[in-house]
Amino acid sequence: MQDAKSRFSISREGTVSRKGARKCPPASGPGFQAQTLYFTPGPGAAAAADAPRGPQALLQPPCLPVFWDDIFRRPPERVTEAFTLFCLKDLSQERACGWLKVVGMRQGTMFARGLKRKSAEDGEDVEGGLAGTQATPSYSLQRQSLLDMSLVKLQLCHMLVEPNLCRSVLIANTVRQIQEEMTQDGTWRVLAPQAAGRAPLDRLVSTEILCRSVREQEGERPAADVGDGRTPGLVPGLSAVPSAQALRSPQSSLWEVDSSRENRGGFQKSLDQIFETLESKTPGSVEELFSDVDSSYYDLDAVLTGMVGSTQSGHGSGLQAFTAAATPPPGSSCRSDLGELDHAVEILVET
Amino acid sequence: MAGAGGGGCPAGGNDLQWCFSQVKGAIDEDVAEADIISTVEFNYSGDLLATGDKGGRVVIFQREQENKGRPHSRGEYNVYSTFQSHEPEFDYLKSLEIEEKINKIRWLPQQNAAHFLLSTNDKTIKLWKISERDKRAEGYNLKDEDGRLRDPFRITALRVPILKPMDLMVEASPRRIFANAHTYHINSISVNSDHETYLSADDLRINLWHLEITDRSFNIVDIKPVNMEELTEVITAAEFHPHQCNVFVYSSSKGTIRLCDMRSSALCDRHAKFFEEPEDPSSRSFFSEIISSISDVKFSHSGRYMMTRDYLSVKVWDLNMESRPVETHQVHEYLRSKLCSLYENDCIFDKFECCWSGSDSAIMTGSYNNFFRMFDRNTRRDVTLEASRENSKPRASLKPRKVCTGGKRKKDEISVDSLDFNKKILHTAWHPAENIIAVAATNNLYIFQDKLN
Repeated sequence: MQDAKSRFSISREGTVSRKGARKCPPASGPGFQAQTLYFTPGPGAAAAADAPRGPQALLQPPCLPVFWDDIFRRPPERVTEAFTLFCLKDLSQERACGWLKVVGMRQGTMFARGLKRKSAEDGEDVEGGLAGTQATPSYSLQRQSLLDMSLVKLQLCHMLVEPNLCRSVLIANTVRQIQEEMTQDGTWRVLAPQAAGRAPLDRLVSTEILCRSVREQEGERPAADVGDGRTPGLVPGLSAVPSAQALRSPQSSLWEVDSSRENRGGFQKSLDQIFETLESKTPGSVEELFSDVDSSYYDLDAVLTGMVGSTQSGHGSGLQAFTAAATPPPGSSCRSDLGELDHAVEILVET
Repeated sequence: MAGAGGGGCPAGGNDLQWCFSQVKGAIDEDVAEADIISTVEFNYSGDLLATGDKGGRVVIFQREQENKGRPHSRGEYNVYSTFQSHEPEFDYLKSLEIEEKINKIRWLPQQNAAHFLLSTNDKTIKLWKISERDKRAEGYNLKDEDGRLRDPFRITALRVPILKPMDLMVEASPRRIFANAHTYHINSISVNSDHETYLSADDLRINLWHLEITDRSFNIVDIKPVNMEELTEVITAAEFHPHQCNVFVYSSSKGTIRLCDMRSSALCDRHAKFFEEPEDPSSRSFFSEIISSISDVKFSHSGRYMMTRDYLSVKVWDLNMESRPVETHQVHEYLRSKLCSLYENDCIFDKFECCWSGSDSAIMTGSYNNFFRMFDRNTRRDVTLEASRENSKPRASLKPRKVCTGGKRKKDEISVDSLDFNKKILHTAWHPAENIIAVAATNNLYIFQDKLN
């Protein structure tokens, strides 16, 4: 992204210009208005027309929702009071092929912070939804984004020195609310086992990718017999935690409350993956995970997209790949070592 | 006078016009985290104003006696005493740091020449004695003026030490330390009207202390579930009734208030009264619960009413009616459409306090962008004022501010998107008898007074 930025200049008004750029007519998507779209091929890049999903696709209805998702998965390049600026990338996600300036984003759409699509099977749903009202896909995207954000917040809660109990409880209640609603909607789906192993590059990454990678690593992961069978992987590897005490934290209610529902698998696994990093052999990567969670959270997608389907030598490799995606660890300034993190996690499982 | 503010609505009884009096604190743009004020409290007479900050320090201001030479200027507040109340600690058992931030200060009623206050951080409450010394004894027999012991064999005559005046020295000394009674973070302390006991509340429990006894406290409320996985509600604030020493209230994160009577049982898990407003189903969203969480509860001076602050509004409850509040005042309703962003940047978890005027005729609470809001309960008028350095000329009237919610922005209005959410006024205090208010804006303390009519 650094490279892409240097090719463009941002004026005082926030418009992006480059020699040879051309304006496109406004387009619209769920919940906002895209005011201006600039695109220009970078030096040496393939012509926009060659890319199967170049910016022209933006203007064609069937691709519209899909492509919006692609853009808004990433944190925006720039956010001001008046507009939000996104960088459009080509299929390999290496080169910027344009910029999208969006104004009038309705507060609460959360698109500015990037969001994940809930499941890959939405292809048909989205088209149908588009033909009908725009509100439905927007609402479920919003809701999913809120769920993701809440999970990230809970994760941060755990890593603070002394988590604020009131805040944790409120966020956990919100997550439970969303879960309940999604279960009623039927949008809360457990992963189909046969999905594991597929590596469709044009599939948008969602939390299911996290689950898939965890499942593949399960063989190598030490079987942590913590708690009852319903929450096996909650705090793997913490031998100090007796099984009876395994789930003594407000957040654990997230996993216990819906035990009767069949759809917890994917949700739980994504959280498992988060906790797995606590076992990481490289303290630096863990520091990265929690010190810079916003961008690394989304970079995880890129890493795992490439990772899926490839052979795994052990769960350490997954974390090493994650480290590679993140920026280099601070090194000597990295204060937290494994011992302290173990303590912090122990705190969240004790009463 | 009423029109001098440019057509704004004066708040407080009798067409009050608020004007700037003083501001305390550094002017720098760079605010040190330790200097952020975390609590503000007037004492019972209003002569002393205490502030606590995130660095664990307490600063007490004293009101100067009115000067006959300048009859139009009310007494100003100047620094009286500064001391370090709490230090950062480390809990070795849990490997956790305990913040030294002062969460609350509560004064005790004055009983002798010294002043007493309770200050608390997350875990420990301390009783401080602030006393003045303006005399010094001279002419001791056994030691010299510089303190060296005199050789007893050299003493040939006895003399009586005499008291000589000295520069005023204000000393603060910790008289009691009430520790190790709270597993969770203390959010409230409240002195009982019997002046002998007080309560301290954390997220899940409320304890009753005697001011003289530090090694024992009684647990009077415990909402911790047997299974922590079932925890869905925490205690957010608690206060004793101002006159009935057996009654206290506590608020929860679900927007409910429970009034308890200590005479009914030792453990007050069962409430005597339960205050909750039924939810409006049309405004239900994922954030409904979070914004209903009560951040502060305060009894009126009369003891007939209580006021609660949730994220968007202030509600006044009659203690005799549990079904709904008697008054609801919107603080910043324009934020309702921004809740998602406010959730993302954590502002939705900000805990605003509220306070009553001395006569209970007006209430005040803070907002963002260094705005604070006042509601006159009699005239039903409200006003938004700003604590800023720009309006800091002595005795300058505060101009009412307005937030424009959409459409055309008029001159002098500020749009919602331009609000600075880092400038939040969480802590305010109102003088118990006069119309003097103290407003904490990050690291600055503003004092405003009404214009003498």
